Amino acid sequence: MSDETLLKIRDLEIAVEGTSPLLKIVKGVSFDLEKGKVMGLIGESGAGKSTIGMSAMGYGRGKLHTSAGQVILNGRDIAQAKRGVLNQLRGKEVCYVAQSAAASFNPAHKLIDQVIEATLEHGLMSAHEARTRAVELFTALGLPSPETIGDRYPHQVSGGQLQRVMTAMALCPKPDLIVFDEPTTALDVTTQIEVLAAIKHAIKITNVAALYITHDLAVVAQISDEIMVLRHGEMVEKGTTDQIINDPQQDYTKALLSVRSAQHEEKPATEKPVLDISNVTAGYGKIDILKSINMSLDPGHTLAIVGESGSGKSTLARVVTGLLPPRIGNVVFENTPLPPKQTQRSREQLREIQMIYQMADVAMNPRQTVGQIIGRPLTFYFGLRGAKRQARIEELLHAIELPVDFADRYPAELSGGQKQRVCIARALAAKPKVIICDEVTSALDPLVAEGILKLLADLQEREGVAYLFITHDLATVKAIADSIAVMHQGNLVRYGPKRQVLNPPFDAYTDKLLTSIPEMRIGWLDDVMAEHST
Amino acid sequence: MKTSIPLNALIGMIITATIVIMAVFAPLLAPYSMTEIVGDVWEPMSSEHWLGTDTLGRDLLSRLMYGARVTLGIAALATILSFSMGTMLGLSAAAFGGWIDQTLSRLVDLLMAIPTLILALVILSVLAPSVLTLVVVMGVLDSTRVFRLVRSVGVDIAVMDFVEAARLRGEGRLWVIFREILPNALSPLVAELGLRFIFMVLFLSALSFLGLGIQPPAADWGGMVKENKDGIAFGIPAALIPAGAIAVLAISINMIADWVLNLTSSLKGGKDV
Repeated sequence: MSDETLLKIRDLEIAVEGTSPLLKIVKGVSFDLEKGKVMGLIGESGAGKSTIGMSAMGYGRGKLHTSAGQVILNGRDIAQAKRGVLNQLRGKEVCYVAQSAAASFNPAHKLIDQVIEATLEHGLMSAHEARTRAVELFTALGLPSPETIGDRYPHQVSGGQLQRVMTAMALCPKPDLIVFDEPTTALDVTTQIEVLAAIKHAIKITNVAALYITHDLAVVAQISDEIMVLRHGEMVEKGTTDQIINDPQQDYTKALLSVRSAQHEEKPATEKPVLDISNVTAGYGKIDILKSINMSLDPGHTLAIVGESGSGKSTLARVVTGLLPPRIGNVVFENTPLPPKQTQRSREQLREIQMIYQMADVAMNPRQTVGQIIGRPLTFYFGLRGAKRQARIEELLHAIELPVDFADRYPAELSGGQKQRVCIARALAAKPKVIICDEVTSALDPLVAEGILKLLADLQEREGVAYLFITHDLATVKAIADSIAVMHQGNLVRYGPKRQVLNPPFDAYTDKLLTSIPEMRIGWLDDVMAEHST
Repeated sequence: MKTSIPLNALIGMIITATIVIMAVFAPLLAPYSMTEIVGDVWEPMSSEHWLGTDTLGRDLLSRLMYGARVTLGIAALATILSFSMGTMLGLSAAAFGGWIDQTLSRLVDLLMAIPTLILALVILSVLAPSVLTLVVVMGVLDSTRVFRLVRSVGVDIAVMDFVEAARLRGEGRLWVIFREILPNALSPLVAELGLRFIFMVLFLSALSFLGLGIQPPAADWGGMVKENKDGIAFGIPAALIPAGAIAVLAISINMIADWVLNLTSSLKGGKDV
């Protein structure tokens, strides 16, 4: 072993305690990480990437334990180490940055006290030195007013800032290794790029080694020296970032790389829109969330509504469905204004506009079978019963490419992608003219999301249904939209056919939004940041 | 998922089952009738009278068995009433919010602000004593507790997307309450059922002890404690036997309820099974 090797993992197997046969989450993974290098761990949910990251700290979530193999950190095996040894190690040699910064800070303490806590606990510096270092790190991470930001409480800074503070917390004790567990996944795309750049800069100047865990290949390509692709707890491929991005060997890696390349030909405009949102102003209490919004959706078309969180896109969906009556303006369906409140609309009007949700898990009643979930709209809207209803359920299952015997399953027995497919079938069962898709792919792994988008496109072609497609992901928009509406702080900043919206000249906000989408090439982040600074 | 039943719950089940069997088959199992005077006042335990005799010379074991019938029966009826009312109203409040929720919740606040026992004493002393009045008063007063629980569980469920999906579909109120919310609220309710039942047993015993519950010569356990309480001054333990029975029943049902709660609370951040 060379002196430069910091972390050495050999034939690591991690299993769930007390299962028989042993349920293995990680199946024989090996790699080395040198000092000051960054290794990207990439894979979909259930690939075991977080589990491997945690093992570098000698930690197993829940009942997970190391059943075989070694985790050698700084020359000693920590896979079976005792608690006392691990306590010495964590927060001193290895630190952790979690996905949800908001959930990881104690809301009752000031940021600075939490940032320097581990450093003081291990007696690495005096309180004064630790504070000085924290301020240096805040500066390096580009936080505003680094001298005083530490005196704030977690709720007084934004999500992106909090994520950077957590990075400072991990860097403060001068560890040898940091485990980044999806640090930018929960952030908006425009915030993600800032945090990503800050993390990259901080890694560079502190020369710390890192394990960077994510499901987004384009993100990891910006930051790591090496990439390991994982699937079902096994290594698929490992190589330098250049090898993986530019010359992948395995089919799975190639599939991951091609995820964002899907394209969609824009359909020509039609004469009469199916849905017309006219001059809508709406909000809660006295605050207007939406300000004079005008847009329309053509039959069989897809209108993508894009924006960051807080831009008002989901509020617009609530106005269209009638859950939030607008203060001014109205929603017109096929030349007839819809009653503003959902309870005032007729059953027929309700049937024509269906909705698919972001979190498929909570959008289905866990106590109903798939057959009951899909079958209810059939009985409710069309009065179908018995064999006719059964036949239509099978037809719908066929349409969403699931086996017929899935009708007897409960939602808990389905995977994430399958759940979303059932939700699509439920919407389709009503034979609507418009389906509102609220971030339907955001919670899914890239390959699964791609499958859902393809299914939606096929169904649109066959059934002629129009989509109001709400998303924050512009790559998804390119793959599915005919026209695009860009929203920012409740205003419609840009609206029109796809080609027009995605081509210059841009307004400042759309430009920022477009350049913030990670591109699948090395050096993209540096280019964008260089551009931003000029 | 483990299928083995923990020892605590097993003991609880055996004891509860024994008491229930005693109650149901009292006419067959009891050595004497409930009201017959078969010996001297406060005879000690003997082979003829296993638990001795009471303040009038009636067989204590026989009265304990018949008393179990009354105690368990009334407590069960009152629990059913309190649960049906509490669940219906609690779910309505959770599902519809607004003025329905406000009215019901404030009404419940009003009832809960007055100590239950005192309120019950006032009502029962005005109304003519009968089993029906007793059950209704106990059930209605206790349903406020059930309402609170069901409403809080229901509010959590009512904001889930699948409930919104049902509303958007145009489903009626009854469908939303009984098909969408209730099935998902059942688990925490089942555990609560046991606890409310014990509370009813204790409530009834307290009322009878104060003379407003079951009227003599019929007896429930609380009434038996009252009848025999004077013996304690002379060192006669007759009052302690029904009192002990109440305690044993309460503890054993609690042990079962604890286990059920553990089984069903995985959703609410409880123990994962």
